[in-house]
Amino acid sequence: MSVHTFTLDGQPVAGAAGETILEVATEQGVSIPTLCHLDGLSSVGACRLCVVEVAGRPRPQPACITPVEEGMEVVTRSEELDEWRATVVEMLFVERNHICSICVANGDCELQDLAVDLGVDHFELPAMSPRLEIDSSHRLFAIDHNRCVLCTRCVRVCDEIEGAHTWDVMGRGIDARVVSDLGTPWGASPTCTSCGKCVQVCPTGALFEKGRAVGEGAKERRPFLPYLRRHGAGTR
Amino acid sequence: MSGSGQDQAPAPARGEERIVIDPVTRIEGHARITVTVDGNGAVTGARFHVTQFRGFERICLGRPMHEMPAIMARICGICPVSHIVASSKACDEIMAVAPPPAAVQLRRVINLAQVVQSHALSFFHLSSPDLLLGFDAPAGDRNLFGVAAAEPWLARDGIALRRFGQTIIETLGGRRIHPGWVVPGGVGRPLEHDQRNAILAAVPEALAAARRGLRWYREQLDRFSEEVESFGTTPMLSMGLVHDDGTVAYSDGDLRVVDGAGTVVADGIDPRTYHEHIGERARPDTYLKATYWKPLGHPDGLYRVGPLARLNVADRLGTPEADDRLGEYRERLGRTPQSPFHYHEARLIEILHGITMIGEILADPAVLDPHVRAGAAVNRNEGVGVAEAPRGTLFHHYRVDDDGLVEWVNLVIATGHNSEAMDRAVAEAAARHVRADRLTEGMLNRVEAAIRCFDPCLSCSTHALGEMPLVIELRDAAGVLLDRAARP
Ligand code: SF4
Ligand code: FES
Repeated sequence: MSVHTFTLDGQPVAGAAGETILEVATEQGVSIPTLCHLDGLSSVGACRLCVVEVAGRPRPQPACITPVEEGMEVVTRSEELDEWRATVVEMLFVERNHICSICVANGDCELQDLAVDLGVDHFELPAMSPRLEIDSSHRLFAIDHNRCVLCTRCVRVCDEIEGAHTWDVMGRGIDARVVSDLGTPWGASPTCTSCGKCVQVCPTGALFEKGRAVGEGAKERRPFLPYLRRHGAGTR
Repeated sequence: MSGSGQDQAPAPARGEERIVIDPVTRIEGHARITVTVDGNGAVTGARFHVTQFRGFERICLGRPMHEMPAIMARICGICPVSHIVASSKACDEIMAVAPPPAAVQLRRVINLAQVVQSHALSFFHLSSPDLLLGFDAPAGDRNLFGVAAAEPWLARDGIALRRFGQTIIETLGGRRIHPGWVVPGGVGRPLEHDQRNAILAAVPEALAAARRGLRWYREQLDRFSEEVESFGTTPMLSMGLVHDDGTVAYSDGDLRVVDGAGTVVADGIDPRTYHEHIGERARPDTYLKATYWKPLGHPDGLYRVGPLARLNVADRLGTPEADDRLGEYRERLGRTPQSPFHYHEARLIEILHGITMIGEILADPAVLDPHVRAGAAVNRNEGVGVAEAPRGTLFHHYRVDDDGLVEWVNLVIATGHNSEAMDRAVAEAAARHVRADRLTEGMLNRVEAAIRCFDPCLSCSTHALGEMPLVIELRDAAGVLLDRAARP
């Protein structure tokens, strides 16, 4: 197995070929904010929160999908990166409706944690306040699209771990939604096994267990996928 | 009366005149009062308007039922706990579950804590300045600071009682302003030993403060015989919740209605059938729906709710010391006192009762039972929840679809029940104290004070998203503004 040596925030480090910057950083104890990434699932580089600067590359690179290379110079923290990440979080907030005070995930939400960590305490961008649907037709669970950040963790865990492939993303840009069985109400889904993995991996209150009141959506309550409970490197 | 309006008042028109009172400074929330006078300066009518934007339905529709208690708490920041209790009870109905006994008791405790806290604010912070310093004292002094300067112990007791209630709410509900602890099916977490002991330890001091406040109030009462008589003494029905044994109820019980003479008009009414008994009238200039007791029609069916009404409907409170005070109150004022001025004393007696009751409930180790929540899916599509909020009976009525998403919401809140009673109180107070085309400090204060007896909670009564200042306007019958007062 070949090994690449490179620098991470000026420190010399080594990573196996094929490892991502995020994986090596995590091994080194360097924390990089993430959202769509979750250990144990494939990485898709959807949220762009984990961006880092790589010398010689014009744009910041998502650490969760960028493999390490020999001689790379990687910077994980800078004023520009902080600003970029804060803007990403702000955009996620204003694109849909994230009202923590009445959210089932209040106090156990990765988006909320990111906002706190990155110092996003107010919005300069105008809130779009869309009125999106809630599918509460499943016996045990519900999805509130108002709180979905389109991280696709649910899509991946359902496909890669449960093997049911109930969830997909439909539509583009602002119209994109995760859908069960190409638009069948969740309660009528022929593929859903009701395993609840999607609910457990959802970083926000978009997917939740019915009957939970505000602030009660803590996923820790049923850690039936303990190997998935490790948040992506460094979110906590 | 900093914004008092000589400068903005147009010349009085010949014929009739009208008065509007701008921020009723010490009412929580905001509203506007219009007083209409004739050409001789005699009051011909008064109206208490609430014109805030009504936005709660939009927020609730389509939301999962389990979010309702927390959403409702956000709509009213003034007595959130009572909304959470009523809302959770409506959800219990929809799930068709009975919360476990410990949860029922804990809901009672937190609602009583809200009553004590809110009454302390109403009496000590908002009303005691008038009682202590007089209605004609300078506006700058008539506040809690003025009280603290003149009678430091009184201000201290007010603050301590408010803190007693607030601390219980925080202990049970968590540190947040809007506790998410009362939930459909019961409460979120059982009570812990230490929490219970801490609350119990605070009871004796709170009781002592409640006693001092009540004693002091009774000493002042003689000085206010004119206000007692002029704040709307028209006999009216009283409505409130009572337990089977006739004691006052706050978080459960059935509806009872008594008339001005104390005769029981209706009893044992299941509050879930409120819409069969309570008529709601939309009024043109306010979002506040006015209510009346249907069997008697409008206006004979006008009623009051809140502390005065609760004491009128209940046979007794159910705690010995507060019942002694209630006995003395009735001996002096009759079985069913009618002047809204007596809301103050009723509130103080309720504070005493509430603290005692909290102590009694928590003394029973059964409250520590870890079984505090019943779970179920949607088993009915409709539910009504009721609670006595500090200001009076509160109904939450929801309809949900089979998946538990909210389709329709109706709230009937204390300030709505009381709105016509408040109009009458304002009209009577104005008739006695407003003469001429100008507003004076003393007049304003008495009209405001008449409203303040009811302790109206305006932001919740209109489910407001924003705030509106309260203005008093004096107008002639043609609507021409004669004088206007607004305060910062
Ligand atoms: S529902 Fe949750 S897990 Fe699925 S894409 Fe949206 S935020 Fe991610
Ligand atoms: S893009 Fe890397 S965590 Fe989302």
